[in-house]
Amino acid sequence: MPAVTETIETVQAVTESTYKWGFETDIDMEFAPKGLSEDIVRFISAKKEEPAWLLEWRLRAFAAWQKMEEPRWPAVKYPPIDYQDAYYYAAPKQKAAPKSLDEVDPELLRTYEKLGIPLREQAILAGVEGAGETPADSRMPIAVDAVFDSVSVATTFKDRLEKDGIIFCPISEAVKTHPELVQKYLGSVVPQGDNFFAALNSAVFTDGSFVYIPKGVRCPMELSTYFRINAKSTGQFERTLIIADEGSYVSYLEGCTAPMRDENQLHAAVVELVAMDDATIKYSTVQNWYPGDAEGKGGIYNFVTKRGACRGARSKISWTQVETGSAITWKYPSCILQGEDSVGEFYSVAITNNYQQADTGTKMFHIGPRTKSTIVSKGISAGHGQNTYRGLVRIGAKATGARNFTQCDSLLIGDLCGAHTVPYIENRCLSAKVEHEATTSRIAEDQLFYCRQRGLSQEDAVGLIVNGFCREVLKELPMEFAVEAQKLLQISLEGSVG
Amino acid sequence: MLEIKGLTAEVDGKPILKGIDLVVPQGEVHAIMGPNGSGKSTLSYVLSGRDGYEATGGEALFHGQDLLAMEPEERAAAGVFLAFQYPVELPGVGNATFLRTALNAIRRAKGESELDAMQFLKLARERMKALSMNDEMLKRGVNVGFSGGEKKRNEILQMALLQPKLAILDETDSGLDIDALKIVADGVNAMRGPNFSALVITHYQRLLDYIVPDRVHVLMGGRIVRSGGPDLAKELEAQGYGAIQAAA
Ligand SMILES: Nc1ncnc2c1ncn2[C@@H]1O[C@H](COP(=O)(O)OP(=O)(O)OP(=O)(O)O)[C@@H](O)[C@H]1O
Ligand SMILES: [Mg+2]
Repeated sequence: MPAVTETIETVQAVTESTYKWGFETDIDMEFAPKGLSEDIVRFISAKKEEPAWLLEWRLRAFAAWQKMEEPRWPAVKYPPIDYQDAYYYAAPKQKAAPKSLDEVDPELLRTYEKLGIPLREQAILAGVEGAGETPADSRMPIAVDAVFDSVSVATTFKDRLEKDGIIFCPISEAVKTHPELVQKYLGSVVPQGDNFFAALNSAVFTDGSFVYIPKGVRCPMELSTYFRINAKSTGQFERTLIIADEGSYVSYLEGCTAPMRDENQLHAAVVELVAMDDATIKYSTVQNWYPGDAEGKGGIYNFVTKRGACRGARSKISWTQVETGSAITWKYPSCILQGEDSVGEFYSVAITNNYQQADTGTKMFHIGPRTKSTIVSKGISAGHGQNTYRGLVRIGAKATGARNFTQCDSLLIGDLCGAHTVPYIENRCLSAKVEHEATTSRIAEDQLFYCRQRGLSQEDAVGLIVNGFCREVLKELPMEFAVEAQKLLQISLEGSVG
Repeated sequence: MLEIKGLTAEVDGKPILKGIDLVVPQGEVHAIMGPNGSGKSTLSYVLSGRDGYEATGGEALFHGQDLLAMEPEERAAAGVFLAFQYPVELPGVGNATFLRTALNAIRRAKGESELDAMQFLKLARERMKALSMNDEMLKRGVNVGFSGGEKKRNEILQMALLQPKLAILDETDSGLDIDALKIVADGVNAMRGPNFSALVITHYQRLLDYIVPDRVHVLMGGRIVRSGGPDLAKELEAQGYGAIQAAA
């Protein structure tokens, strides 16, 4: 049988057993009544003991949402979502907010242990053998905020970070402890009415992380948030806000998983980043939501709005994403390049296998002079997967000397899948320079045979070739996660050959 | 010991190998020569298990194991190595990563412990030094942007690292300058011994001055039409294939 046919058949043979994070935690939960109404918005706000301004803010978002329509332009297909048939709040029952890890429900701790997420502060990411040439010597500790369904259940290294004046806590806590910062920046990058899903999030967001890095501080460790959807029929609507003050630096990573279920669950997050003069924010995502089974049943709808504002001169925001999960991914991490000489970057790997669909890309808004952006997108389609890169580069009249470089590469495995590239370029500045390159390729039979002749299994060969294809993006990830991501890429295509 | 009996094979439904009989005892190096399109590369692909090169009859035993029933990676683990006539590029895959993954896959299959990055680098540097190769080659993508000669040398480096029991070298000498030719020949000669055998496919007597074969076979029209000692290669060089064809 020719290798290509074999590859196609085995891609089809991927079963849910390859999703290793699909277990469910049995824990007492508290739910809001099903459905979405002004009362539910009030219920969530009351649960979080929020100040009046935030309830007002949510209600305005809800009013806006009710007048909006779901976007129809993405190249994805799904049956209508019944927004009244879901829970908008689900939280593990706990007497009071845990003050230390010892007070956290052991069942939750076990869950994160199983997921490989370190909640003990001494702990570092479970040692995985490095695949690259560089020895994994300098393992930095990683501070973690763990969000379980609608609430944050633990945040580590808070005290250590506080010594540098860094705030890293659940956003629901920041609302109470640093209301002036939250009120000033919440919605300042993604306004409540920005789009259908952002409006929905603004009305019902439950938790997420808040980060503030003070002037001149280089955050001494990776910060990360780990999102877990556990409960049935529950959406997750988290909100993340990161502010990097003048001359500061932070590298932040988010990860996520969910149990395997036949139903589709909605995840509609909003992430806002603000970078002041000379500040740098590096935001990495390893998205591994449950993708649904081999027939396309179940899986997460990942409808996410992520946007960063480079407000200050020479500020820099860099998005790196590895999207392997979700039934449908709809996200366009973007940069508003306002400050002069500010820099936006977008590095993306998106895999769609079986019946997964991804419509993802970025938007780079060049406003200030000499602003620069780089876009590197790697799409991999296997099975019946559909992968669309959608990008917008808009250069305003005042962005003199602005530059953009875009590279979009697609890799196809089998011939039932699809790859599409939709780049929009709007340039209103004569002195700006925009470059776009795109390629589409397949894993060639001779590449597979070459690897197998050297002793690699067909599966390892595909993994190696795919990782090679994604190299430019993977090298942007913090090292520990790069190794994780490489494994994840291979697992996502597991059974795709063999 | 490689024993090929009555091997026939087709590509795209077209018969290419029409009954090959060939025995390469352990420890021996045999050369295969023959005109373009006679089936030399096809033979190497059938022996290493490439899709689309289907054996339709006969057998190929390697130390008594039925090669034709094995997956390509199983054959590699059993010690069969093919130096490709046209080595394949793997963009973005570091040569060091590739070599280490391959070496570890074979070590795993043999029940040996895997090498970590440091152990591997040490071994690779040793082997490269022995082959007078620059270890800059380790950092580059597999064969990407390599010159023709560099690709061939990279094949020999892989052979030196993987330490096969049977190496099939498909025109590894083509396109090599005289220094590189010596490096390749030294690489093969260094491996010669009671546990190593090789099938050296070549068009040129010159290589056989450096790698002196135990036997020379002439493959024409999908059959071995003549076999002899090293002198046969010289005879071919002098008279061409026409004379053999006439005699056969
Ligand atoms: N993939 C293929 N599809 C169709 N025909 C093929 C294929 N591979 C080989 N052939 C044919 O099989 C015959 C033998 O080819 P092969 O590559 O084995 O020759 P060779 O002896 O290695 O020649 P050379 O000395 O030019 O390398 C040729 O006629 C060739 O065209
Ligand atoms: Mg050939």
